Amino acid sequence: MNLYTTREAMGVDEILHALKHFLPAQAPLKDFVHHNTLHAFQHLPFFQGIKLAGDQFGYKGFLSIPEYRVLYREGKIKGPVLKKVLEDHFGEQANTWLVKLLDEAQDKLTAPKIGKFRAHWRNDYHFNLDKIIHPFLFRLLSAYLDQGISIWSFPLEAKGFLDAIRQLQEGSFSSIFTSKRVIDLLNNPNLDLDSLLEILVGDPKSYGWYLFDQQFAHPGWSGMVSVLEDQPESLLDSKPISLKDLILMECLLEIDSLDKKFGEGWVPLGLQFSYDTEQLFEVGLMEEVDLVRQCWQEAYEWSYYDEVLAGIQAVVPNAESSATPNFQALFCIDDRECSTRRHLEYIEPNCATYGTPGFFNVEFYFQPEFGKFYTKSCPAPVTPKFLIKETAKDKKLASDVHFHQNNHSLVRGWMRAQTLGFWSAVKLVGNILRPSSSALEVSSFHHMDPKGTLSIEYQGEEENGLQVGFKVEEMADRIEGLLRSIGLLNGFSPLIYLIGHGASSINNTHYAGYDCGACCGRPGSVNARVAAYMANLDEVRVELKLRGIAIPTETQFLGGLHDTTKDEILFFDEEGLNAANQSLHQINREKFARVLDVNSLERARRFDTLAKNMSLGGLHEAVKKRAFSLFEPRPEYNHATNALCIVSRKSTLKGLFFDRRAFLNSYDYRTDREGKALAKILAAAIPVCGGINLEYYFSRMDPDKLGAGTKLPHNVMGLIGVANGADGDLRTGLPYQMVEIHDPIRLMMVVEQLPELVFQVITGSPALLEWVTNTWIHFVVLDPTTGKFLRWMDGKFISYTPVTAVEHLEHLHDKLIGSQNNLPVYLIDSF
Amino acid sequence: MELSNWIQLMIGIPLFGFLISLAVSERKETLLSRVAFYTAGINLLSTLIFLVFWVLQGGKDLNLKEISIFKNDHFEFLIDFFFDRVSAVYLIVGALLTFLITFYSRYYLHREPGYKRFFNTVLFFYLGFNLTILSGNFETLFIGWEILGLSSFLLVAFYRKNLLPSRNAIKVFSIYRIGDVGLILAMWASHHFWHANVTFLDLTNAQRVMEQQLGHSGIALFIGLMLLLAAAAKSAQFPFSSWLPRAMEGPTPSSAIFYGSLSVHLGVFLLLRTYPFWENQWLVRIFIGAIGLITAAVSTTIARVQTSVKTQIGYASLTQIGIMFIEVAAGLELLALVHFAGNAFLRTYQLLVSPSVVSYLIREQFYRFIPKKKREGNTWENRLYLSVYVWSLKEWNLDRLIHRVIFQPLKKLGHKLDFLRYRTLFLYFIPSYALGVYLLVTGYTLPNWLHQILPAVFAFVALLMVLKSFTERRSIRLAWTMLWMNHFWMVLAIAENENFALSEISMYLSGVVLFGALGWMLIRWMIKLYGDLGLYTYRGNVRKHPVVAFLFLLAVLGLIGFPISPTFIGEDLLFSHIHEDQFVLAFIAALAFVMEGVAAVRIFTRIFFGVHSNFDDSDLLKSINNS
Repeated sequence: MNLYTTREAMGVDEILHALKHFLPAQAPLKDFVHHNTLHAFQHLPFFQGIKLAGDQFGYKGFLSIPEYRVLYREGKIKGPVLKKVLEDHFGEQANTWLVKLLDEAQDKLTAPKIGKFRAHWRNDYHFNLDKIIHPFLFRLLSAYLDQGISIWSFPLEAKGFLDAIRQLQEGSFSSIFTSKRVIDLLNNPNLDLDSLLEILVGDPKSYGWYLFDQQFAHPGWSGMVSVLEDQPESLLDSKPISLKDLILMECLLEIDSLDKKFGEGWVPLGLQFSYDTEQLFEVGLMEEVDLVRQCWQEAYEWSYYDEVLAGIQAVVPNAESSATPNFQALFCIDDRECSTRRHLEYIEPNCATYGTPGFFNVEFYFQPEFGKFYTKSCPAPVTPKFLIKETAKDKKLASDVHFHQNNHSLVRGWMRAQTLGFWSAVKLVGNILRPSSSALEVSSFHHMDPKGTLSIEYQGEEENGLQVGFKVEEMADRIEGLLRSIGLLNGFSPLIYLIGHGASSINNTHYAGYDCGACCGRPGSVNARVAAYMANLDEVRVELKLRGIAIPTETQFLGGLHDTTKDEILFFDEEGLNAANQSLHQINREKFARVLDVNSLERARRFDTLAKNMSLGGLHEAVKKRAFSLFEPRPEYNHATNALCIVSRKSTLKGLFFDRRAFLNSYDYRTDREGKALAKILAAAIPVCGGINLEYYFSRMDPDKLGAGTKLPHNVMGLIGVANGADGDLRTGLPYQMVEIHDPIRLMMVVEQLPELVFQVITGSPALLEWVTNTWIHFVVLDPTTGKFLRWMDGKFISYTPVTAVEHLEHLHDKLIGSQNNLPVYLIDSF
Repeated sequence: MELSNWIQLMIGIPLFGFLISLAVSERKETLLSRVAFYTAGINLLSTLIFLVFWVLQGGKDLNLKEISIFKNDHFEFLIDFFFDRVSAVYLIVGALLTFLITFYSRYYLHREPGYKRFFNTVLFFYLGFNLTILSGNFETLFIGWEILGLSSFLLVAFYRKNLLPSRNAIKVFSIYRIGDVGLILAMWASHHFWHANVTFLDLTNAQRVMEQQLGHSGIALFIGLMLLLAAAAKSAQFPFSSWLPRAMEGPTPSSAIFYGSLSVHLGVFLLLRTYPFWENQWLVRIFIGAIGLITAAVSTTIARVQTSVKTQIGYASLTQIGIMFIEVAAGLELLALVHFAGNAFLRTYQLLVSPSVVSYLIREQFYRFIPKKKREGNTWENRLYLSVYVWSLKEWNLDRLIHRVIFQPLKKLGHKLDFLRYRTLFLYFIPSYALGVYLLVTGYTLPNWLHQILPAVFAFVALLMVLKSFTERRSIRLAWTMLWMNHFWMVLAIAENENFALSEISMYLSGVVLFGALGWMLIRWMIKLYGDLGLYTYRGNVRKHPVVAFLFLLAVLGLIGFPISPTFIGEDLLFSHIHEDQFVLAFIAALAFVMEGVAAVRIFTRIFFGVHSNFDDSDLLKSINNS
């Protein structure tokens, strides 16, 4: 992107392109996918990016310096680590800088550049354009894009937003504009942005700054429009729209208001005040205070990372037994499964668990019975060519009369207020005093009907350019890829579980962010079931054998779904198990049940309002209840506290307690001598985990601008976003309730493989290299031959020796009850 | 057992709970929520027990004997309570919903900054609600009414560090104050109408009402219409509707209880309560019905085009309240009561589950989507439909209408005094006031026509000062001092009008002087710290100075005659000196009183609420000062 070296004034198209790059890229609520909030700055080193984002937009990427000092006093930033960070940066002058960090340095906040130019309307003309235009503009936009809240939906078929406005203006007695000149402009079919900017701004070199000011006065709506322009399929009821249309409309509204206020003779703003667009993008020099913050942040991060690496170093590798485990279980790499796997391994020491992205390497669109659309069931960037259709006979859709649109009409509303109103009273009392499952709930188990059948095998059918089902070879490709990636190529147990995950909640507008990220914000049930089915198919087994993976006939795969909110597991197609596996499975089920109880206990420690003096079962029930309590804004904590992504064998981490902060991706360096599997893993894990991590990071650091603020006053707009109150802009990022317990540190990626091979993989992909070399994530390699760590620094690997000592615990249990805060890394023997 | 004594309990419990909740520390979340929970719970329980006894004893109207707060030879301020089936329905719905909301909010607001403030305000609101619905005369009702107005303001501005909640809180408060004009004038007129302190119980005496109205149909009509004004503003009826959706800025449960259910139905309550009074005035009934009908028609179209779930519920609720107005006008009290209860529950529930609408309707859309039919062709019907669509999107320009008709003319008047500066203020004020006093003293020698219009002239000066304060931007100090001074002119006006005893004047001015001085000192302190930054933007100082903000709020409340200040009774007293035929004077005084509230709250909000900028904004200030 060539923003910083332009010699001539930016043209309008160039400005639009830049705007789209900088605007928030958050999709409508139903397709919520985590991503790096500051993706526009990712081409810069992390701290420079934050600095620029602060200067330009006022985004906050740090804690305040006093907050860091508190963390230091509390021991969360460790003295030796801080010292090490300062020595790395300043060598002999480390002590001078230590004084600055601890005492002298003070936060300095300068007003961001954005908004300064357009503020002259307000400050010098005493004319508050935003106050006049925003409410009406938002209402028009929202009416146009609405997906089903309004009873009178947008009445016209339009080619775009501006076309819709033109039609409204022409076709009705009521006028949207009052100024004659604006109406003439609107009616001009060749209306271009340049001519409007000439009226408003006058000076081409200020156009860019003006438009940035204008659009960043409501980044939520502009970002939404920009996303919908690029991914129109995000709206089920599709509406063509472009950012340019929005800007044209807004400029017309501005001219209209100014004409009304001052008559047509007002002077363009750019002729009164001179602002050069280029200056908006100038990168400021790093100042002392920036370095102070950088050092604090790095020390904060390495205080935790150091513990983690020390923990990994402290693991005593046990002699690998050649015996086949009782069963094997594949989970998603999701940080929420980190504890589930740990408990499973304690309760059944003779099992093996694996972590892999929860779409289990099968990518497709899913169409449930009665569904009128397809939903994507794989990571967001992938575009599948396959369709899986569900047929289910007894499927019913629960409904709730309170959402019926008749409630809002006049006569029927009158009838309903007198009748339904009293039913509401009953429901309200019931739901508040005794929360129970209802039609309002989003339940991961309802995503797919477990009794329905799926069109997994290709029967020669195509639909809308998609192939319905997979051919044998295609299935074998996917299962092979799955097994190779985790290094499970022999020693198959009789039972192999594939457990996807999803979440349940109520009164939660951000529900999509709670489900499986690798399944595009949907529960992973269909993928688990489909992958298990494929792996069980005889033809696939034959094909796999040809490719060198011999799965014994008695081995069976079984799909399941873990609901991470309620801590329940539902298994699919259990009736397909043979008798021996059936009885094994019955025993395992009980173990899983026990795992889920213990897991809910571990989660419960974070829930402040939950009384902990209960039996294990009682506690689990109380945790479950959160999923359908209307008044519970924290059904679960989702990815909060995530900080690590470890790509290694499970034995490397044996007995380590990561407090549900790690994405764990199984990988056996011994089976991947060329790094092919690693390249695939990293290509998925770095953007996905890094994106999740940075979204949490920035939403926590700047809840007002980069996060969605507190969710309590949120008001749903058109089913696509939330705003505060009636006239607010759409909120992007995560609500504060999701991130309040999150320690804002970047993700540390740990990979167990030969450094040279890892280096080759990273430098082989420009996208990955950008993440790593600009330190939007930290990258550490565990050299399996030496057991030493190497840390990525300035384009190469440098050896790193942890300084922290890790505590060894016999029982974790007592630690879990006592504290709500993040726990350090422990080496534990049992729960 | 004397049932009427139970009524005190319904006031006492919320009051007690509110006071305790004030004393609990901010950090003690559990204790705070428990106080609120038990207050609402015990109150619900006692309400239920009370209602059982009341029904067993025949469900007769109850009146709790008046308590005299202030008395002299021609004026008495009475607190009085009254209970009938209208109160019964409002009481039980209010108790149940408040109980549920406190339970709900205990978890919902967990860890929210302002947890304490929320429960304080909800309990305060609840106290005002019960006071209003149990009141036995206009004075008592007015106390409750004012508490409701203030607590609404505080809850809309719950997120006081943001711009829109702060701005909308002023909007809501302003409309409420417009309604207060109606109530004040209705109170004033009924003093003269009855020549006594009338209770709501007296109103049920049909014969007495009839007799009184025979000779005074004009004033009776006036009272009826003023009551309608008060009711329409409180219930967001036409043309005041646009405040309701903008009030949905607080946490969802507070929006649910206030603007979905309780607060917004109080206009209906006022009409039901005063029904016996205007029952025989067909003109008033037609007006009420017409307002209801227009509201129902307009809000249902607005509700249909709403694309945000909360505003849709708000306008849908308004539609129903419009119908309730029609029902009340038609004399269908029971139907209106059932309608109220049903609507209150329905909207509360809908608001509480409103975040679920996303997943629910998306699922509906996913499984049952049928593309809606679009309008095609340039037919007459299509044109009309599109016009209604656009007008509804613009909320029929109601907001602009209110602004044009009410606030803009007032602002224009206020700008007439733009030549005033803080430093030169006294140069104008002292001589002119001296002239006023001189005229007062020598009043008996003045020609009669001059003497007759002097009170209105003085009152108008007072009003001008209020309006100047309302439009003032440059100086906080000037704005506040003008507000302060206006009271002196008002006293002069009334003294000119009638013999205003010194004790009465001191009653009136004691609160003004005390709270005015408090406010002035706080402003001085702020100016020392930051300079007089003016009232151009919202400064968000509450972040740095929460205690000062609280004290300043007290000063504002005292100055504007909130029932914590003797000025509250003083205002009533003042109005009792305005003669029956002095509509102009009464109107000016009422307007001054109301706009004073708006102006003072505006000053408070602009200084303390809104986005606090940490940035060095000297550039901005320079550019402002230069212009």
